[in-house]
Formats: sequence, structure tokens, C-alpha cells
Amino acid sequence: MSPVDRGFAAIVYGGSILFALLIVGLFVELVLGSWPSIAAFGPSFIWKSAWDPSTSKFGALPMIYGTVVTSFIAIVLAAFVGIMAAVFLADFAPRWLGTPLSFLIELLAAVPSVVYGLWGLFVLAPFVRTAIGPALQHALGWTPLFSGPIYGVGLLTGGIILALMIVPTVTAISRDVIAAIPRDLREASTALGTTKWETAMRVVLPAARIGIFGACVLALGRALGETIAVTMVIGNRPEISASLFAPSYTLASVIANEFTEATTSIYISALIELGLILFFVSMIVNGLARLMIWSVRGSELT
Amino acid sequence: MSAVSGTEEILATDNLSAYYGPRKAVGNVSMAFRRKAVTALIGPSGCGKTTLLRCFNRIHELSFDARVEGRVLLESQDIYAGDVDPMAIRRRIGMVFQRPNPFPTLSIMDNTMAYGGRGLNSRQRIETAERALHAAALWDEVKDKLRSSPLRLSGGQQQRLCIARAVAAEPEVLLMDEPTASLDPIATAVIEELMSSLAEKFTIVAVTHNMQQAARVSDVTAFMLADETGTGRLIEVDDTAKLFTKPSDRRTEDYITGRFG
Amino acid sequence: MALGCAALAAGALLIILGYVVVQGIGAVNWTFLTQLPHPVGVPGGGVGNGILGSLIIIGIATAMAIPIGLLTGIYLALFGRGPVPEALRFLSDVLSGVPSIAIGLFAYAVLVAPFKHFSAFSASFAFMMLMLPLLVRTSEQAIRSVPQTVREGALALGMSNFRATVRIVIPTAMPAIITALLLAIARVTGETAPLLFTAFGSQFWETNPSNPMAELSLQVFTYAISPYPSWQAQAWGGALVLIVAVFVLSLGARLMLSRAMRGLNR
Repeated sequence: MSPVDRGFAAIVYGGSILFALLIVGLFVELVLGSWPSIAAFGPSFIWKSAWDPSTSKFGALPMIYGTVVTSFIAIVLAAFVGIMAAVFLADFAPRWLGTPLSFLIELLAAVPSVVYGLWGLFVLAPFVRTAIGPALQHALGWTPLFSGPIYGVGLLTGGIILALMIVPTVTAISRDVIAAIPRDLREASTALGTTKWETAMRVVLPAARIGIFGACVLALGRALGETIAVTMVIGNRPEISASLFAPSYTLASVIANEFTEATTSIYISALIELGLILFFVSMIVNGLARLMIWSVRGSELT
Repeated sequence: MSAVSGTEEILATDNLSAYYGPRKAVGNVSMAFRRKAVTALIGPSGCGKTTLLRCFNRIHELSFDARVEGRVLLESQDIYAGDVDPMAIRRRIGMVFQRPNPFPTLSIMDNTMAYGGRGLNSRQRIETAERALHAAALWDEVKDKLRSSPLRLSGGQQQRLCIARAVAAEPEVLLMDEPTASLDPIATAVIEELMSSLAEKFTIVAVTHNMQQAARVSDVTAFMLADETGTGRLIEVDDTAKLFTKPSDRRTEDYITGRFG
Repeated sequence: MALGCAALAAGALLIILGYVVVQGIGAVNWTFLTQLPHPVGVPGGGVGNGILGSLIIIGIATAMAIPIGLLTGIYLALFGRGPVPEALRFLSDVLSGVPSIAIGLFAYAVLVAPFKHFSAFSASFAFMMLMLPLLVRTSEQAIRSVPQTVREGALALGMSNFRATVRIVIPTAMPAIITALLLAIARVTGETAPLLFTAFGSQFWETNPSNPMAELSLQVFTYAISPYPSWQAQAWGGALVLIVAVFVLSLGARLMLSRAMRGLNR
């Protein structure tokens, strides 16, 4: 190898090693930063629910609850809307309609988180407080899920905003997965005399289910880590309550809100430990999602 | 079986074998190439002729898991010797590929000068480039659009540009891998004519699957065939006229008369 | 019903956009774009320092992300198979899923805590991490999609690997790489979470990256959660600027992409 090529190879290797080091470093720093908290609270950190900075008692349970509930609401809403939209775009939409609609839905993914939060705070939250909330409470108020005072901000609003943010992910990937289902399968079904809708529901969707499930899991991964938009509409109260109208807290929001105010080192360490939990959760969820999508599409994806 | 003797050789192989991983694509080929002659490599698909060609400018080894055994001698020196720089070999042995591959982001003129200039000043480089375009019979067609993109040219013109690009580097040997395979008959005829005039300055080794082309264009022809294990072997090499009228090997005769392949 | 859902999703975008435009357009004017924030109660003022800060922070982040991302992409494209490249791709996938707030914590731990000092540079570092996975993966794909015969043609002329890659292969892959870059920039424009404890924000003009700096999305956040209607109005204005920026970048990326596709279809 000539000296020029040797130098070139060295730079290329160097850049790649730096890349790897940065990512490993991320993990290492999170662990190092959490260590005091891990040492102090151990595994009970995950199921303790007291979050009291003044007495240095930290338990992550309310945040885990808030994260789980908002993400669950988000994925339920987004999966339904997203999969239906994907079916429409893949199989039913004529080109003049499908292309602009797809484009619009993809643009939804480009909107900055803080803009979602702003809209959520000033438009959606009042709407929930004055319209959606009372309607739900009127119909389903007998369940603890929809009881209690309606502030506008809270788990439900957080879930709705998250749903909006992850719908493009579900739609885009599901649409690709559905479109990749071979035409023979659809034709076999149509030949039996079914309607296009029945074909879509009974044949195409089940065939695509692994990939679609993967899309949902990937979207879930994004919802779990979303910070700013949720922080602005969740109410920021570290409490667990059954009602979806109640304010709550997510893992990401508490870090966002309290990190700069954290005074003691154990406080900071507890917050970093929350970040570490987020890291692991997102790694597992994303890994699962990619496995599922990869097994169906067999190639790289977003 | 050799059509070439000692001092007339510019290029020779000595028990050359080429592998892709465990698969032996070319087996134990020993042959010589006459200086400033056009030698054609013919044979049915899969006989290893392209792989053999790619061993001559050390392009074969760039493929995944590819390796070479034996020697290739350029002016009696083994190009695979440990201290040899492959880049230096490639500057002495140029190549034109099956599909025209002009560099899409360089202009026509820059393509012709892409070999690097080698210590010439810019005026000398431009002169060399112009000479190369003349030698490739392309000058008249591109002289007004030297700065434009080569992608605007027809397939035949692009291939002649690739020839000009290779020739501008003033190699000793020019390898051509089925150079007219993707071209129409008229463009093909232009390039075949070119090959004769190029042979006045360069030694040419051309792979072709078109026997008539080999008969028309070459001075020496080598016939290759894959054996029962799929390894390409050199069957016969001789002056073209003799190989096509009185082949020594039965298999050559079968191929030429179209009994198979 | 499927149509309804698709329309709902698309419609939601239009509704949000509509609100931002309607609420924000009133606040956006030349003063808004070029002035410093005024204290509460003093009318006027703007987000000029935030816009400048965003440009600086994103600019530095891009300058850091391009070499690392491109070099890693070159490595993966040229040395594609094997356990080491696969490990790199795995790490890249992991990084792409990490929540931005966790990346902010990393930037804090490495660049803020040791110096006891918020800085724009630490924010750029966090943004760089966010941009890298996209850059790495797309530059690998872009380089891979340059036809093998173009690379071989360059090498057959006696070019070194370095020259062949830098002067022939990468320029051919450039439209796709630029698309990736525009998308990566769009991704971090409007990203707020890591900024909370890296750049931290500022009330003043600032150009020194080792100091805390204002940033537009951070200002929108701060104004939005404030109790002052005048600031809330400015939040809408800032949101409008953000959306325009992101859409322009996304549109630019799309145009580049179609140019890249055209270039490869010879």
C-alpha cells in the first residue's frame, strides 16, 4: 500500500473508531453518572414511588407509570389511525390523492417537538378540558379511568400529542410493508369474490402483521423517549392516579424539568439513572422493532 | 502452442490460476502476448476469460475473497512480486471495461486527464489529452463540448472516451473487456477499426465473445474453455488466421464451427 | 374509514400548521427576527439571539458530524462485511434510538460538568450525536450505490484508493450525501431537550461557543410555559420560524434526492 493509501486508511479507521467510542462513551457516562444512585437505592428505585428531593428519597415508579400510560395511549391511537391510513395509502388511494397525503403525513414527522408542545398546551389542552374531557366523562365517568377533575393537561393530553407525533412512523413503515406483500396474495383473494376491503382486512393485513407490529414497536420506542412536547402537557406531578385526566410525570419530563434545579449530587445521580433506564428501554424496544421489520422486509429501514 | 517467442513478448503468464474463495475460476494458464499485436481471448460464457484479463492489471484481487497463484510477467518482471505496487502496474497496463464507465462528475476533458498527469505541466497534459481523443477517433465529435458532461454522449462515444482516458495514460498494454458488447453495430465497427490503429502504439489484449470480431480484428487468438470442474483452461493459442482455418484442438474446432457455445 | 384515518392524520398536520401560522404570523416581523428579548412588560423585543444561536450551534454540530459520519460511512462501504462493520452498524442503530434527553445528559457529563460551565459547544456536541446515525447510514448507502464499475475504472487508471474514493466515488455519491445532511440538519432544528442543560439559553447576543447561548427552540419552550401572554405570543412567532426552517430543509432534501436518483439512472 502506498503511503497515501496508508494515510487514507488511517483516517478512515480513525473516524470510525471515534464514532464507536462516542457511543460506548455515552453508555459508560450514563452508568458512571447513575452509579451513586444505583448504589444508594438499588433495584427498589424502580418500584418506589416517593420522589422527594428535599429528603433525598427517590423512586421512579410514578415516572415509569406516566411514561407507560402516555405511550400506551399514544400507540393505541396511533396504531389504529396509522394502520388504517397505511392500508388506504397502499391499496386504495389513487395516485393523485395518495402522494400528497403521504407527503403531508411525512411532514408531520418533521414538525419540531416544541411546536407540538406549544400547540398541545394552548389548543389541545383547553379542548380536552372543555370538550373531549367532559364528553368522555359523561359517557365513561363511572370507570376510574375517566373520573376526577379535568385540568386539560394530564395523561390523556400527553397521550394524544404523542400519538400525533408517532403516527407518521406507523403509517410510513406499515405502508411500505403492506405494499411489499406480493400481488398474488391479493389476487387470490379477489378471485374468491371478496371485496377490496375484505381482502385488505382478512388477507393483506394478517400477512403483513409482523412488519406492522414492528412499525408499532418502533413508534413506541420514539414515544417513550419523547421529552419536550410531553413535558408541556403532562402537568408535571409525580403522582400515580387512575384517572387519565390527572397530571402526571414521565421519565423524560422529570429530567427535563428538574435537572438544572438539582442541587445535591444524589439528586443529579438519580436523574441520570432515569436517563439510563430510558437508554435501556429504548435500546430493547428499538432492537425488537428492527428485528421484526427486518424479518419481513429483509433490508434496511428508517 | 505458443504463437510468440522470447523477445517479442511484452506480457506473459506462468502457471497462472485465479480463485474466488475456494472456486478456481482460471486454471494454470501459461501464455505469452506479442508486442504491439492484438490478441483476442475467446470462449463460451464462464470460461474465465474476463477473470484472466483482470489478473493482468491486478483488478481481480479487488473482488471479495479473490486471489491469484502463479506469475504474470510484464517485461519479464512478475507483477505479483511482493515489492510491486499495484498502482504502478495499473498505470502501465490500462483497461477498457465492458460497459462504458466515464466518471460522471468530471467533464469530458477532465475524464481524459483523469489518469493524473504524472509530472507533466498543464499544457502538456492538455496536449496529451487531445492526442488521446484523436487516437480514440473522438476528437471531432467532442471538440466543441470538452467541458460538458460525458453522460450526454452516446454509448459508442462514451466507450471511445473511456478508450481515450485509458490511452492518455500511455500504458504499455491495453486490456479490453468485451469493449463492444453493449454497443450497436455501427459503434462496434468504429471501435474495431480503432483497435487496429491503436495496436500501432499499444499491445492490446481483448476479450470478446464474438468470434467474428476476433477473426476480424486480432493478430493472435487464444481459446479458453471451462473444464468439468468449472475451471477455465487455455485450450489453444495461435495466429488468428491459422486458428480459425486449421485449429489444432478438436474443442477449438467445435467452438469455431458452432457445434456448441 | 381508512380514508378517514389518512385524512385525519393529514388533517392534523394542517390544523397544527394552521394554528402556528395564524397565531405566529402576527408576532413575526423584522424586529422580532433581529432583536434581543425584552424584559417582561416592555413591549417589543424578539428572538434575534435565538436565531443566531441556533445557526451557530447547528453549524458547529454539522462541522463535527460531517467528518465522523462520512469517514465511518466510507469505512462501512469499502470494508462492508465482517464482524467489525456489523458491530459499527449495530452501534449506529442503538444511537439512533437513544432519546435526545439522554444524549443531553452525556453532553452534560462530558462537557458541562467538568468545566462547571454551560456552553453552546456542549449543545453542538449533543446535536452532533443526534445527526451521526443518519449521516453514517446514508453515506454508506450512497457510496455503495455508486456502480462498482466506476470505482474499478478509477483504480484501473492507477489511482490510489484514496484518490479514487475522494475524487471519483464520493463526488458521484454527493447528491445523496447532501440529502442526508439536509435531513440531519432538519432533525436537530427544533430539537430542544438536550439544550436545557447544555446551551442553557441566554438573554444576550453571544457568539462564543464556550458560553451559554440562546437557541430558538429553547426560547419557544421557555416563552410557551411562561405565564406572560406577550411572551406566549412570541412563542408562536418562534414556532412559525422553526416550522418554516424545517420545511425548507425537508423540501431541499427532497429536491436533492430526486436529483440524486436522476444522476444514477444513466
